[in-house]
Amino acid sequence: MNLDEPTLRHAYETMRLMRVFDETGRREFLAGKLPGFIHMYCGEEAIAAGICAELTDADYIASTHRGHGHCIAKGCTIEDMALEIFCRRDGLCRGKGGSMHIADLKKGMLGANAIVGGSAPLAVGAALKIKTRGESNVSVAFIGDGASNQGTVFEAMNLAVVLKLPAIFAYENNGYAEMTGVDYHCGSGDIAARAGAFGMPSHKVDGTDYFAVREAMAAALAHARGGKGPVSIECVAPRWYGHFEGDPQGYRTKEEIADLQETRDPLALFRERAMATSSLTEADFTAMDAAITERIEAAMAAADKAPLPEPDDLYTDVYEVYD
Amino acid sequence: MAKMTMREAINQAMRLEMARDPDVILIGEDVAGGRGCPVDDGEAAGGVMGVTAGLYSEFGAARVIDTPITESAIMGAAAGAALTGLRPIAELMFADFFGVCFDQLYNQAAKFRYMFGGQHGAPMVVRTMVGAGMGAGPQHSQAIYPIFAHIPGLKVVLPSGAYDAKGLLIQAIRDNDPVMFCEHKMLYGEEEEVPEESYQLPLGKARVVREGGDVTVVALGRMVQLAAEAAATLEKDSGLSVAVIDPRTISPLDVDTILDSVEETGRVVVVDEATPICSMASEVASMIVSDGFSSLRAPIRKVTAPHTPVPASPTLEAGYPPTAAKIREAIEAVYNYR
Ligand SMILES: Cc1ncc(C[n+]2csc(CCOP(=O)(O)OP(=O)(O)O)c2C)c(N)n1
Ligand SMILES: [Mg+2]
Repeated sequence: MNLDEPTLRHAYETMRLMRVFDETGRREFLAGKLPGFIHMYCGEEAIAAGICAELTDADYIASTHRGHGHCIAKGCTIEDMALEIFCRRDGLCRGKGGSMHIADLKKGMLGANAIVGGSAPLAVGAALKIKTRGESNVSVAFIGDGASNQGTVFEAMNLAVVLKLPAIFAYENNGYAEMTGVDYHCGSGDIAARAGAFGMPSHKVDGTDYFAVREAMAAALAHARGGKGPVSIECVAPRWYGHFEGDPQGYRTKEEIADLQETRDPLALFRERAMATSSLTEADFTAMDAAITERIEAAMAAADKAPLPEPDDLYTDVYEVYD
Repeated sequence: MAKMTMREAINQAMRLEMARDPDVILIGEDVAGGRGCPVDDGEAAGGVMGVTAGLYSEFGAARVIDTPITESAIMGAAAGAALTGLRPIAELMFADFFGVCFDQLYNQAAKFRYMFGGQHGAPMVVRTMVGAGMGAGPQHSQAIYPIFAHIPGLKVVLPSGAYDAKGLLIQAIRDNDPVMFCEHKMLYGEEEEVPEESYQLPLGKARVVREGGDVTVVALGRMVQLAAEAAATLEKDSGLSVAVIDPRTISPLDVDTILDSVEETGRVVVVDEATPICSMASEVASMIVSDGFSSLRAPIRKVTAPHTPVPASPTLEAGYPPTAAKIREAIEAVYNYR
């Protein structure tokens, strides 16, 4: 897969935004500024970036509790995201959702989701809307390796096959479901094969390789947009941090993580390949990195100072108000 | 007597029962942790809040069972194992997740005894976390237990501290019917004096937290502490004598203890963190109106969460559950009513 320079730049910037957003968010969380739970996407950036590369605002994604990367890939504004993880009045969900529920419907981002396995049926519903209206878009469910075992996910896959819906099941196999390894929790050991057995094409790719993910997604898009029904893609990319911030990770070794950062950094791998196949240079990447760091620091600082919700906001938005 | 957190007390109850009865097993997500991981010493998690720590090392993989994320199968497997002779403790990490598995509980486990004409029930305990206070947002913070109490065949326990939690859990494990054991996440770190040895507290028997002749406060779960605090302040500041009753189990509900107190006071405040519609607060109030009407001297006041989901924002969440101040206000209002 050969991509032109603007496309390469955009892909890198997207992944870099994810990386810096989460590492900066982590710092703010550890400083006690963010409530609840936050889940780092570091190490998995190429998945969301590759899956969403060719999607538009009219395509849908349904996300997981580890949703920041998905939001960024789908075009959510990081300034608005920062406000939401700080639970501010002007956040994407007015502070009512927080990190685990960021949603931006105008971008086709149907929400991070704190119920594991919740994304798949919702994405199938959005695919049903697309088919019913005769549109040509697709709907993607992001699903963790752990979530892949939920009944809701199996039911969603079967329904999508039965109804021949333009749904794409994007599995993010990051090796762990909380503190349990995929080798234990996934009985057959093969998420892609299991999805395939439902009767849809299924791909398995290295999720640290942006190009591999994007290529598999291009095939999936052709299939789904061509009215041939759903597709699944399993992307393998171990996470760099704990399940949530604060997880002491007694179930892993420091060596495993160091090795991942050394040899399977999706951003480093991307830079290498991009420099080999385009005229982008080290200096170009350094400049992009600096601009992104500056933008995210500004977004976080602004969010920190932004107004809190008003106490009475507690009571609004339960139902539509008719006057 | 030694002080113990509610986390330790619950852990000890499970430990004692598992040592006593080989039919007691523990099944759930990350109850040990580390399975299938580079480091698998069985102590990686001990539950996401550390409540099941050490049980895997003591009782082994055959009885402390880590599962995939698969609540429907966990609850169904516990129900099936209970129907055929085991006494499973099944962990539903956050009560909010009941939505993905409730059929196995309310249509299956809860109904076996009745629909099978009394042949056998499902002697299982579902341990689950409830309540707001961590900024964990709409899908991890609910006090959803009134829904459980609505189901005939389920018993529902709501401990307000470490001492009760230990005795009630031991009793729940020995009970021959399914018990939903709802642990408030903000109470895990709270300490009380708790005996080391095993003891049981009956299901369906309230605790009179404090006696009082002017107003009766019925408070549930974490609200018990706040109600006791409000009562103590009022006694000090205005000489009011306020009874606080902790039902401890909301199904079965100890109607007699509540009515006895109402007979004396005639004035009632019910406090719960759950949403107010079709709730335990409305259940307790309606029970008193039906069965204690002649004692009443003022309308019953309910202090509950608003009828909204739980917001993530700490600013908003702070306004969600009842506070000691709101409880105090309600007590004064019923006291000063005519
Ligand atoms: C229905 C449900 N069960 C359990 C949980 C608790 N939980 C949150 S994330 C998680 C692990 C998810 O693993 P995976 O799907 O692999 O996603 P990852 O965290 O690795 O991205 C668990 C068990 C939940 N939020 N919802
Ligand atoms: Mg995972």
